[in-house]
Amino acid sequence: MSNLTNLSITAMLSGLGAKDFSARELVQAHVDAVEGARTLNSFITETPEAALAAADAADKAYADGTSGKLAGIPLGIKDNLATKGDRLTAASNILGEFKPPYESFVTNQLKQAGASILGKLNLDEFAMGVSNESSAFGPVVSPWRANGSDDKLVPGGSSGGSAAAVAARIVAGALGTDTGGSIRQPAALSGIVGLKPSYGRCSRWGAVALASSLDHIGPMARTVEDCALLLEVMAGFDANDSTSLDLPVPEWTANLSPDLKGKRVGIPSEYRADGINPEVVAAWDKAADWLRDAGAEIVEISLPHTDAALAAYYVISSAEASSNLSRYDGIRFGLRVQPENGNLDDIYYATRKAGFGPDARRRVLFGTLVLTADFFESHYVRAQKVRTLVIQDFTKAFEACDLLLTPTAPNAAFPLGASASQTDAYLNDMFTIPTSLAGLPAISVPAATNAQGLPLGLQLIGKPLDEQSVLNAGLALQQAAGFDALPERWW
Amino acid sequence: MAEAYLINGETGPFEVVIGLEIHAQVISKSKLFSGASTKFGGEPNSQVDFGDAALPGMLPVLNGECVRQAVRSGLALGAVINRRSQFDRKSYFYADLPTGYQISQFFYPIVGEALIDVELEDGEVVQVGLERIHLEQDAGKSVHDLSPNQSYVDLNRAGVALMEIVSKPDMRSPEQAAAYVSALRSILRAIGSCDGNMQEGSLRADVNVSVRRPGEGLGTRCEIKNVNSIRHIQQAIAYEAARHVEAIESGGTIDQETRLFDPDKGETRSLRSKEDAVDYRYFPDPDLPPLILTEEFIEECRQSLPELPRARRIRFEQELGLTPYLARVLTADIDQSDWFETLLNDTAKHQGKAPRDVAERTANWMTGELFGALNKLDLDISESPVSAAQGAELLALMADGTLSGPLAKQVFEIMLETGGNPGDIAEEHGLKQVSDTGALKETIAEVLTTHADKVADYRGGKAKLFGFFVGQVMKASGGKANPAVVNELLKEALAG
Repeated sequence: MSNLTNLSITAMLSGLGAKDFSARELVQAHVDAVEGARTLNSFITETPEAALAAADAADKAYADGTSGKLAGIPLGIKDNLATKGDRLTAASNILGEFKPPYESFVTNQLKQAGASILGKLNLDEFAMGVSNESSAFGPVVSPWRANGSDDKLVPGGSSGGSAAAVAARIVAGALGTDTGGSIRQPAALSGIVGLKPSYGRCSRWGAVALASSLDHIGPMARTVEDCALLLEVMAGFDANDSTSLDLPVPEWTANLSPDLKGKRVGIPSEYRADGINPEVVAAWDKAADWLRDAGAEIVEISLPHTDAALAAYYVISSAEASSNLSRYDGIRFGLRVQPENGNLDDIYYATRKAGFGPDARRRVLFGTLVLTADFFESHYVRAQKVRTLVIQDFTKAFEACDLLLTPTAPNAAFPLGASASQTDAYLNDMFTIPTSLAGLPAISVPAATNAQGLPLGLQLIGKPLDEQSVLNAGLALQQAAGFDALPERWW
Repeated sequence: MAEAYLINGETGPFEVVIGLEIHAQVISKSKLFSGASTKFGGEPNSQVDFGDAALPGMLPVLNGECVRQAVRSGLALGAVINRRSQFDRKSYFYADLPTGYQISQFFYPIVGEALIDVELEDGEVVQVGLERIHLEQDAGKSVHDLSPNQSYVDLNRAGVALMEIVSKPDMRSPEQAAAYVSALRSILRAIGSCDGNMQEGSLRADVNVSVRRPGEGLGTRCEIKNVNSIRHIQQAIAYEAARHVEAIESGGTIDQETRLFDPDKGETRSLRSKEDAVDYRYFPDPDLPPLILTEEFIEECRQSLPELPRARRIRFEQELGLTPYLARVLTADIDQSDWFETLLNDTAKHQGKAPRDVAERTANWMTGELFGALNKLDLDISESPVSAAQGAELLALMADGTLSGPLAKQVFEIMLETGGNPGDIAEEHGLKQVSDTGALKETIAEVLTTHADKVADYRGGKAKLFGFFVGQVMKASGGKANPAVVNELLKEALAG
């Protein structure tokens, strides 16, 4: 890493303002870093020319005092968010060579603020997964390696490319999406900060929909302050998204403070499950002490329906996903496989068989099943009722506390190809899924490294719309943990 | 009360049970969930938003005008307005359905039950129950006849708002079904929520038909999809009911299925059997929050309603003194009733009389002369070459004696051709009625002289010859003689 790529966004902005370096230099250093890190496979599409053009525009803006909040900052965008004119893949073959003629709301916000976009980042196909191994463009390799080992590790998923790129210092920050934990879990496994805001805080217009009621877009960066700034820029009401919150964007950065006096932090007893790595538990206990030192009161609370939440999530997210993925049919855009003398149904079968990977197909089939007449009441409706109970759990818990402290993932990064069964993979989201069901703001902050030198992350969950408390507690955690481990460059 | 419509099978009579699902395209500038235009007849795929094409990442945004139109329609039909409703996804795969699902309302529709009075030809009123009205997206159009081995898809219509108006199975004859559709169409056109143009497809019907012996429970029904004219609806019902009766009487059963009506053959044929029935997997659309209507909004919708056809008909009967028949004919269609009121007011003004005093004459002229001419020319009232103002002038010329009935007819013919004013035409073509007694006396004298022998016969008792003399006088005057005056003068002259 050069001196220019191992800076926080805050530090970069400071440097640019002080003319320590130009935006062009800054972005060029990242373009070079991206090129040098191709073995990580974190990018699907690189856009260096556009990035440098944005850098030049930023330099002009700095010169005449019109620079935006992110002028010249090199970012990566998860490839399930549309950027105008760039190939959009969702890491699937079924989108073919599709290039959207529109810019998603969130990326437009970033560009308007002067950000420089380096390219589109790899992900699990259609954002389904916890290890970024299901991408049609090959798995992402984590920049982290266990001490004394050459084994390739996963960066987490589904925002694996985003996490790896930020951790490897080839982008200053990235956008990810989180449906069941896909920002937070990879952030934890890759030793960076990942923020999932409240549902509706960021517009989903232009984001490839997976599960409409569960999809969130959020920032991933190396510090809590950076995430706060990115969220401030990308959030806001969008009339084109009927689930977008019509509320002003709070000044999170200005109100950031690690002082937690008067705050109560709850520890959910049900999250102390078997199967959590003991080092994760140790970090969790340590963090409770840190937050106490920062002024918070630690309390035990209960989330009784935690067990049922996982199943409810998979039913609901699969149902919505099966519906949202119906539009990929080979008719109007993307891949079309046209069997000779085939009719409409033949196009559907051939295209979707060729275009969807096994995980996507499995999810669509299951989702379709739970919506059929035979299973609708027993599965879909029931899952929605459980969802209400999960929400009520949190509402009740938040009477006794203002924040929850939990592990983000039950383990550190694991080797590529190691996810034994589907259910094991699902367990990786056990701590993050309930918050997605409830649409609560949550952040993952790197807290420690394990015995093998791999990062461990912890999660803070807040009340609806209370990103400020979440960010503040995250900052307290960040300062107390003093996490300064860097992946040693092997690429 | 009219006799019940029955199909007389070999083993006895059968009743027919009919329910209708009407799809009415909502009048709105843009689509139900997108800003693309709803104009009919545009170049293929020229009115398609990214969302209509279901491109990745696109989302639906509800068009408030469509909600307003649905509520107005519900109010006009006297239906329950549901303060809370929601949108659901109805899933199936077809090339003209880009998202792979139609956004509709399955669980909680925007409008609930109503009871609609439907008047039949003979004046009998039957009540047809309305089950519900809900909003949903229309699909695009598949075009199969442009190429022998390829089909094309035009998405202009994809996403246009439809009101699905579901009746209860209360109709018992093709006539009742036709009257119900007419009544519905008339009301929707009157309030401007749907133009009811069945040829263009703005109003389509799915017809549910079953039969049963009187007193039995409901038989198995079949659904005939997308019938697009009232005449076809009647034909389809008649054919389908007969088909059911035949099947039952020959010892078979009716399979519940979806069918299509072939207007060329006058038959229905199977489209899809129950086994192939699609499971639409309805579930609430997670991209759209529930729809909540305020009392203020509903009241605004109510205030915006014009006089409805039934109220207008009653007013025509009671305030204008029109016969029930004339009142019904003139209020069947909003364009015609508006035209009539303009004509009536102008006519009354021209003649310095109250509308009630000229109403019957005016109504008779419009339904007789004008409608007759428009039918012959195959024109709508909106395309009439004669304006209401011109019609009023014509009626005034008849009332003040300038034109006799026959002369007025001649003038009207010329008005239809040239679009000119009746006064000018009468002037130009010298078609004014001659009422001048002096001139007429002369003409009469000439006629009686020419036909002196017939005069003798008449005076001898052949009273029928009076008509002959009238005819001769009219002929001699080139048809312009005032018949009433001629009558009087002729009587005098013949009396000797």
